[in-house]
Amino acid sequence: MPQKEIVLRNCGVIDPRRIITYLDRDGFKALNKALDEMTQEGVIEEIKASGLRGRGGAGFPCGLKWELAKQAQEDGKYVICNADEGEVGTFKDGYILEKDPFTLIEAMAIAGYAIGAKSSYIYLRAEYHYLLDLLMGAISQAKEKGFLDHFDINICEGAGAYICGEESALMDSIEGKRGEVRYRPPFPPTKGLWEKPTIINNVETLMNIPQIILNGAHWFSQVGTEWSKGTKVFSVSGDVKKPGVYELVMGSPLRELVEGLALAERTKMVQIGGATGRIIPYEMIDTPLAFENILGAGAITVFDESRDVIDVVCRTMEFLAEESCGKCSPCREGTEVMVEILRRFSRGEGVDKDFRLLQELSNAMMLSSLCGLGQAAPIPVLDSLQYFRDNYQSRIKQKQGGVVA
Amino acid sequence: MNKVRKGIPAQGKDHAELLVLLKEVQNKCGYLSEELLAELAKSLNMSLSDVYGVATFYSFLSTKPQGRNVIRICQCLPCFLKNSQSIVESVEKEIGIKPGETTPDGKFSFELTNCIGACDRAPAMMINHDVHSDLTPRKISQILKTRK
Repeated sequence: MPQKEIVLRNCGVIDPRRIITYLDRDGFKALNKALDEMTQEGVIEEIKASGLRGRGGAGFPCGLKWELAKQAQEDGKYVICNADEGEVGTFKDGYILEKDPFTLIEAMAIAGYAIGAKSSYIYLRAEYHYLLDLLMGAISQAKEKGFLDHFDINICEGAGAYICGEESALMDSIEGKRGEVRYRPPFPPTKGLWEKPTIINNVETLMNIPQIILNGAHWFSQVGTEWSKGTKVFSVSGDVKKPGVYELVMGSPLRELVEGLALAERTKMVQIGGATGRIIPYEMIDTPLAFENILGAGAITVFDESRDVIDVVCRTMEFLAEESCGKCSPCREGTEVMVEILRRFSRGEGVDKDFRLLQELSNAMMLSSLCGLGQAAPIPVLDSLQYFRDNYQSRIKQKQGGVVA
Repeated sequence: MNKVRKGIPAQGKDHAELLVLLKEVQNKCGYLSEELLAELAKSLNMSLSDVYGVATFYSFLSTKPQGRNVIRICQCLPCFLKNSQSIVESVEKEIGIKPGETTPDGKFSFELTNCIGACDRAPAMMINHDVHSDLTPRKISQILKTRK
């Protein structure tokens, strides 16, 4: 399947510092169309019919989220754009913000109209501080041109915390608190930021909105697979010759991205979706990239034959243990214990019962953690156990061999 | 005490402003001392433990004195695959301190950080807010020379 540009159509084409170059590319026509020709319900229906699902990793239907927020009978609703791109191996949102901030602004204004919100936030991770001036410039130009007369866009900068990319931790962070995960329900469309109905969408999800409004849901839903409409933007890094940002039609095989575009060779395995993403062996390189199969937020980290899977999984778990917010014990303690066990294997000191421990711990964490971090932390461990069990086995045998000798 | 008050912007009444204020105070004063946190707690009518809890949650806030230039080398996998360890070692050699430390002259603090979103240009690091990527040990000495 081909590359296709819906999200990145303006990247490298417009000048992100001059709104006029955006207007020349049909900029703000979708917002005008929504305001002049469509009802709030009409906009939401269009998004629902398009089949657009959240690009932050969870894949929740975007239109449904908006509908829930629209139905909430309360004033003072909020739109939040999640630009806290902290997932390991992900840099597409930073790329998008840097090249085309205007589409995002237009999309947020459309979202505000659809759900009846007058105020919004872009939560920008601290590491992307260098984008702040550009974003503020884009917002003020849109204001000057009269596109934001009834809708405020504020930028809230993070302060360095992976977990704040999780929607409920993100809202607590905007409220000035520790970025800890909330118990749910209630979900954000009912009680979100300052307990007001709130929608939170990833940068990439929002980037699709103006094109859907302009070209219609039918146009969008022609692209992709049955359950994954449109395109997906991927961040490719690791053992490849051409790392970077690529946009592909949903359902494209992993091979096309990794070997065809990023020019990987001698690939051993690929991690898809960042630190909590699936690890798959080279034999599965033809897997389609779609919600039905494997997708996540689009982080693709490629490892060649020289890499050791236990090293990879152990480092990943160390990261998750450090970034766990600490609110729920399955995640806070579970990630630490996983690190201990994986380090044992890493040193060649694994014992047979560690396999059972990893399995039991994984089950408990997936069942009882409060948010995606703890629920998904065991995924790379379980995948590596399934596909690369020999590597673990060898870390036990070596030790026993050593003792016998 | 005068100095402490100067660090806290006048509008600091609203609880929701806490994180914003912590960042402002850190920018002005270099770090969040116990006195500053106590002042802030008082002005916001919050408990010191609440303020301390927020101040210690985020990696870009510091309750220890920091150097004028904070070096943060990415320790995540994409950078690790591109030999970020050699970058860590060359920074250690250049400025004579290990991660978690600050040079005695207050010029540099050195930390390891998690993914900074420059994986396609790995290995990468940040010095204050600037991202430096495609690093080599040779580049490190050039970059560090330009910092005062």
